[in-house]
Amino acid sequence: MDHQPAIWNQHAECLPREQLLKLQLQRLQHTLHSVATHVPCYQNKFKNCGFEPENLQTLEDLGKLPFTTKEDLRLNYPYGMFAVPMRDVVRIHSSSGTTGKPTVVGYTKEDIQTWTELVARFMTAAGVTNEDIVHIAFGYGLFTGAFGLHYGSEAIGASVIPMSGGNTDKQLMIMQDYRSSALVCTPSYGLTLADRMEKQGIDPRSLALRVGLFGAEPWSEQMRAEVEQRLDIIATDNYGLSEIMGPGVAGECLCRKGMHLAEDHFIAEIIDPDTGQVLPKGDVGELVLTSLTKQAFPMVRYRTRDITRIDYETCECGRTLARMEKTRGRSDDMLIIKGVNVFPTQIEEVLLQIEGTEPHYQLFIDRINNVDSLEIQIEVNEKIFFDEMKQQRTFVVEAEKKLASVLGVSAKVKLVEPSTIVRHEGKAVRVIDRRQQ
Amino acid sequence: MKVEQISIFIENKSGRLAEVTGILGEAGINIRALSLADTSDFGILRLIIKDPEKALQVLREHNFTVSKTDVIGVEVPDKPGGLSSILKILDKNNVNVEYMYAFVERSGDNAVIIFRFDNIDEAISALTRNGVKILKGEQITSI
Repeated sequence: MDHQPAIWNQHAECLPREQLLKLQLQRLQHTLHSVATHVPCYQNKFKNCGFEPENLQTLEDLGKLPFTTKEDLRLNYPYGMFAVPMRDVVRIHSSSGTTGKPTVVGYTKEDIQTWTELVARFMTAAGVTNEDIVHIAFGYGLFTGAFGLHYGSEAIGASVIPMSGGNTDKQLMIMQDYRSSALVCTPSYGLTLADRMEKQGIDPRSLALRVGLFGAEPWSEQMRAEVEQRLDIIATDNYGLSEIMGPGVAGECLCRKGMHLAEDHFIAEIIDPDTGQVLPKGDVGELVLTSLTKQAFPMVRYRTRDITRIDYETCECGRTLARMEKTRGRSDDMLIIKGVNVFPTQIEEVLLQIEGTEPHYQLFIDRINNVDSLEIQIEVNEKIFFDEMKQQRTFVVEAEKKLASVLGVSAKVKLVEPSTIVRHEGKAVRVIDRRQQ
Repeated sequence: MKVEQISIFIENKSGRLAEVTGILGEAGINIRALSLADTSDFGILRLIIKDPEKALQVLREHNFTVSKTDVIGVEVPDKPGGLSSILKILDKNNVNVEYMYAFVERSGDNAVIIFRFDNIDEAISALTRNGVKILKGEQITSI
């Protein structure tokens, strides 16, 4: 890079490693003390393994503590994992759970400030300044994406267009008329915009757009190249999950050699997803995150289920914060469809309710014209087979309605004959993902 | 009065209908009447046959999803307005036809139509009161 953008927080982002590790230890001790005092789930976890926060002497000791999983969040639904009283909580967000109930997270005023700071860091690293007009095409709502980028942009002093998702034609009109210079959306929506521009004959070079901050779904380098070429922008990647904070956990600088992890606010470990053992630095495995400054919703060793690797070398940009690679997949069966987290178990539960028996089903995920689509094939049985077409069609329509309301994403239901779904050694293959990653 | 009809779920893809009829043929089961209702994804094949229990069994053995439904077979005068007169009786008696299909063969001078009603007993009594001839199961399968 001949020109590097500014660093938002020079002190924190370029802290020498030994100082960073010291800071992590202090903050970790504080976090463990807080959860051991305020969160019954952690009180039990610590008691069961004979751990007391005072015993933690080094960062390596963290590896002796039990993990926190999505199941813990489910069991403590909705507010059981909160470490502060509700009067201190100023915001609730949520994401999909593995079963019917979503995951609920909370933020104090300070948590929102931290979140804002961390998003401002990666947006600055991507080159966004107070001269930019930031077009946010993430949905505003319970999903953390839009709000996180919104706060970060405002902190930087950029002008925010809180566009929200959908209505592609209007997005393009506003992009043209308001001269949006930075785009925030999922990479696949970036391509949807490119498709529509092509159709309408809009030359991307005629737009003010120059940078894109993409997240909320996995994407390949190949897809990045396509987004950059077709929108005529620089495309950067960022990472986050609502259980930890939302966007801002990690984000790329313009060197684009991994996403800088906000290590002064989170400790990242890489584990073997099967054994739970911490792997040596540089190995590929499941990312486990511990929050260090979160007040309302602290997490100790939260299993993200995202597979990645971490590079601890100092980056060419000068930041000392470690860099995580693009996620390579999941260690569970979670799917990301149109940016929405979907678990096959959620689908199974809905089908079980409808059928009253264990359903035989298979999910087909495609990306058609850059839009994800989900088809659920269900093997018909005598319980859900009706001699009258009207009833049979009603069954399909009702199933689609129920699934859409639980999953938060629409699905086509297709009935197939029994034994259509391929089974391997008695186990059905549940998911056929035909999208190019 | 009632006739047992069997229904089979088939996916809308080539060769499925041939598969079903092939299985029945091998089992020595002769199809007396049939109708196929379909959508772009799947179809419901309905059959009138002599031995529905046997058909159900062989089709289940071949992994088909099947069901049994009561329908009735009605003799309809084979002349203009013949079907209309019967539908009028049903309408007057507030009986709804869910679906119907015609037999290829005739019963003497009359055509035979298979009806599925929302209220089959009410339909039988209304038709009988009005002198419409309803065929017995064995009469139908031996046409």
